[in-house]
Amino acid sequence: MVTYIIRRLIGAVIMLLIVSMATFAIFFLVPQLAGATPEGMASRYVGRTATAETAKLAAERLGFNDPLVVQYGRFVKGIVAGAEYDYGPGVEECPAPCLGYSFITRQPVFPDLMNRLPITLSLAIGAAVIWVIMGVGIGVLSALRRGSVFDRAAMTVALAGVSLPIFFTGLVSLLVFSYGNPFSFAAQGGHYTTFLDSPSQWAYNLLLPWITLAFLFAATYARLTRAGMLETMNEDYIRTARAKGLRESTVVTKHGLRAALTPILTVFGLDFGLLIGGAVLTESAYSLPGLGKYAIDAIVNQDLPKVMGVTLLAALFVVVASLIVDLLYAVVDPRVRLA
Amino acid sequence: MSFLELKDLKIHFPTDDGLVKSVDGLTFSLERGSTLGIVGESGSGKSVTSLGILGLHKGGHARISGEIWLDGEELVSASQEHVRGLRGKKMAMIFQDPLSAMHPYYTVGDQIVEAYRIHHSVSKKVARKHAIDMLGRVGIPEPGRRVDAYPHEFSGGMRQRAMIAMALSCDPELLIADEPTTALDVTVQAQILDLMRDLQREFNSALIIITHDLGVVAELSDDILVMYGGKCIEYGAAEDIFYRPEHPYTWGLLGSMPRLDRERTERLMPIKGSPPSLINIPPGCAFHPRCPYSDRTQGKADTEVPALLETEGGHLVRCHMPREERRSLWENEIKPMLETT
Repeated sequence: MVTYIIRRLIGAVIMLLIVSMATFAIFFLVPQLAGATPEGMASRYVGRTATAETAKLAAERLGFNDPLVVQYGRFVKGIVAGAEYDYGPGVEECPAPCLGYSFITRQPVFPDLMNRLPITLSLAIGAAVIWVIMGVGIGVLSALRRGSVFDRAAMTVALAGVSLPIFFTGLVSLLVFSYGNPFSFAAQGGHYTTFLDSPSQWAYNLLLPWITLAFLFAATYARLTRAGMLETMNEDYIRTARAKGLRESTVVTKHGLRAALTPILTVFGLDFGLLIGGAVLTESAYSLPGLGKYAIDAIVNQDLPKVMGVTLLAALFVVVASLIVDLLYAVVDPRVRLA
Repeated sequence: MSFLELKDLKIHFPTDDGLVKSVDGLTFSLERGSTLGIVGESGSGKSVTSLGILGLHKGGHARISGEIWLDGEELVSASQEHVRGLRGKKMAMIFQDPLSAMHPYYTVGDQIVEAYRIHHSVSKKVARKHAIDMLGRVGIPEPGRRVDAYPHEFSGGMRQRAMIAMALSCDPELLIADEPTTALDVTVQAQILDLMRDLQREFNSALIIITHDLGVVAELSDDILVMYGGKCIEYGAAEDIFYRPEHPYTWGLLGSMPRLDRERTERLMPIKGSPPSLINIPPGCAFHPRCPYSDRTQGKADTEVPALLETEGGHLVRCHMPREERRSLWENEIKPMLETT
């Protein structure tokens, strides 16, 4: 068990290193391969009006002329220990973890990300609660009443949920449930109140985004759960459980669902990890200033350090999520502990 | 009335391809302390019979008719909830593959404790003690430590022992073992059979052994029921079936049984063809397309379903051939062939 944990931890660290290398390569190596000069890359840091002379100076000061390995080392060092940027007129401190400065706002990226994170986190957690309860619940009922009207209706809706894009369901639900409609019960997009300020307002503002996001995932989870339950309920150990004289409800939950949920745990961990790195479409549809919206804005403005920061943070979440899933798996499935 | 009595039990499953007659009019009885072996090929309806007795034949789709009397109670017409209360307590089952029949996520002890606590309102501690006790009784070494192991940490034979411990945890009066040794090594098979015989004597339970292996029933059974195509085709005391069998199918089963006391150069005599589809059971005698003697029935083989008739002293046979002809065939042709060395 201990070796299993240590192996997974080492794996996660290696994964993070690879991710940082890949990210670094995409943002610094690929432009050079495509013909960008150090001066050209430095000119982004000093503004469009800069002369060739200042750009050259900036390239020297920011280290774009150094070998790539040295640049990568400096990049990693910035994340771990902080960095200093020498723009010429003055030196800017960038405390660890330093992900660079925005080209546009001249603000360090990391504090920005931390400001946005609670919004995306609120969105993801609320939606996850809804989609897990709905998805698993519907999936189990569908499997137990396979071929019934309920099953067919649920699976049709689920197919729609999987197929319809969020920018469609999001906008339609805004239209139906929010904008001065008789059914209106939810806030219009673009508002966010922190949970600490007012939990009810927080939930009210996020209700529609939650439902929209949960619809997509609940559909997937309902289908996954249904398939898993259909499989496990045919297992021999379910027959054994019944032969013991267990109540059918105990057979379904303690024996069937327990086994069917294990693979869903894996999918959930990865989905959730991916989502807290930015729910790009949902945040855009509802104008929520979370990480996803931040990423989109950064891309539109070609604000490289921001894009890179979001990418790295999102990758970190996915790696951590999959690490947690691996560890949980050993708790849930005793057979994994041996492996 | 006997402890267990089945009267004209039928279990049919409607499917898209037609009606599957898995069990088609089965009648037998069994006393406490005695053992019945049900023998037949795959798909002869053996397992469905046992699941039917426990009320575990799949859901609302199956059509079940006839009567199952257990200790004076009729089970076919009883409520599902009532039958559930009997399962595990009054009647228990041992399954073929102990690895897939035990839940991989719970310890062996937890699974026995669960079985015990359904029917006994005792604390977990008391139930755990009982589980350790049961594991010890089925011959698992260090039961106090093994109780916390998972099924995958056991060997095949140990798992089947644990399965038996689980089935016997509530001291059931009827124990059904569905191919209990098929998934095990030959050496382990004998141990498990010995164990089952000892425990049956100790608990004085009625035992039904379902198998395709005549060697297994020879070891344990008082009576033997041979099934073919959902019907009983021969029934009698174990000696009758082994020494005076009258149905050509039973001859075939005996002929295809490998025996150590015969020359190895000698070929087995397999039954030609394969078991009938339970949707399309051949008309007349279900066995006639594979029967080498179907021309000796005065043309009744494919038109008339033979009745299950007593030949003597509780020995029942379902065959169109006249009794004398069957006996002379057995004495003069089949028996010498099986005994040649």
